[in-house]
Amino acid sequence: MENNYYDPADLKKFGKITEYQKELGDKYFSYYNDVFKEGALTAREKALIALAVSHTVQCPYCIDAYTVDTLEKGCSEEQMMEAVHVAAAIRSGASLVHSVQMMNKVKALTHG
Amino acid sequence: MKSLAAKRHPLSAAARQVQLLEDPVHDLPGFRETLERHGIRTLRSTALGTLQVNIGKMCNQTCVHCHVDAGPDRKERMDRPTMEACLQAIDAHQIGIVDITGGAPEMHPDFRWFVAEVRKRGARIIVRCNLTIIVSNKKYRDLPEFYRSQGVEVVCSLPFYTAGRTDRQRGDGVFERSIEALRLLNAVGYGTGDSDKVLNMVYNPAGAFLPGSQSDLEQQFKKALLKDHGISFDALFAITNLPISRFLEQLQKSGNYEEYMEKLVNAFNPVTVEGLMCRTMVSVGHDGMLYDCDFNQMLEMPLSAGMPRHIADLPNASVIGRNIVTGRHCYGCTAGAGSSCGGATT
Ligand code: SF4
Ligand code: SF4
Repeated sequence: MENNYYDPADLKKFGKITEYQKELGDKYFSYYNDVFKEGALTAREKALIALAVSHTVQCPYCIDAYTVDTLEKGCSEEQMMEAVHVAAAIRSGASLVHSVQMMNKVKALTHG
Repeated sequence: MKSLAAKRHPLSAAARQVQLLEDPVHDLPGFRETLERHGIRTLRSTALGTLQVNIGKMCNQTCVHCHVDAGPDRKERMDRPTMEACLQAIDAHQIGIVDITGGAPEMHPDFRWFVAEVRKRGARIIVRCNLTIIVSNKKYRDLPEFYRSQGVEVVCSLPFYTAGRTDRQRGDGVFERSIEALRLLNAVGYGTGDSDKVLNMVYNPAGAFLPGSQSDLEQQFKKALLKDHGISFDALFAITNLPISRFLEQLQKSGNYEEYMEKLVNAFNPVTVEGLMCRTMVSVGHDGMLYDCDFNQMLEMPLSAGMPRHIADLPNASVIGRNIVTGRHCYGCTAGAGSSCGGATT
């Protein structure tokens, strides 16, 4: 065992999750592959969404993988960073919109 | 920036590059081994459709990924008798396509003479143009007109449709100057859909990753260049960087070598083998030596035993059916959709 939580080499072992539960693992990978196929959204648009979501879930494996994927699909640095800003904006908005609850509570407690 | 040769970098020696590529320390299958695993026992040439002529290593740029190790400090160039020997070979074998490359081939003092001589023979002429050469000096500004007058098919290179990524690979200000050159080419009718004025564009990834779908990239380049700069071109060729020369040195320096090679090996696609460019071409170095392709030329891996060594011996020789000389660098041509000087091969 490594004495750190994340090892870049582990990304290559992702496929091995089927070792402990083959049926569900296989279903997951088949679903995953279908999701990223060209559809109503292009494969490139999907890669940019995946890059943004990777930052939201803060998964270093996904960030690495979708940085490479978006580069390969011809995305520019500006497009990649704008995608991350979309994730960040939703994330910060989600915090800020809850401040309405805080304000409601303040007002309720202070009869304001 | 200086070339590896000027820096006396160990990897400027072809033998050192081959040694690194074939080093058993790296747990990678040999290229032949992989071919055999896919039931491909021999890799032979099938035709002699193209003569690719590298007329010299001098270039006005020193791109970080250059597989030729070209630059302003490289003085090697083809002499007139060797060019004449190329013309004799074109005549003798009725070669249909002559692909002129460098360095920046336009810097060769006999470039225009050579193009005109090839044209007299009726061959299709491709010139690999780095764009900035056109605006680098007053004497080159009429190149678009020259290309037009000779019916040259221009294959220009632009690493990306944004300035930042292009300049990181090619040097500050290169994107802007390339756009200026593209405007001059468009102005004489290149890249506007006219089959006599074909302007194709080479894209190669600016780093240790593979090119994505060629048609998707073409769409993106076309859209961005038209919208942002009013520029048009005909087709985009997505080319994989082969682990040779300066790109190899970059891979090593950045610690990406093993991962990149693994990526190429894992992306091996047997369907690409049929369309490998080495099967239908011969490549000539500035000194007249013969190779299966420009990459083998840079690695100084000559044609297989029994084949002519020099262009002067090509007119009387038969090179069709020869065994192609391969190595691990060949994985760059067989990854994904395949890669050649004309882009994807599948
Ligand atoms: S990649 Fe092309 S333009 Fe760049 S240095 Fe090499 S030959 Fe010159
Ligand atoms: S590098 Fe590519 S073109 Fe050259 S011999 Fe190998 S497979 Fe053929």
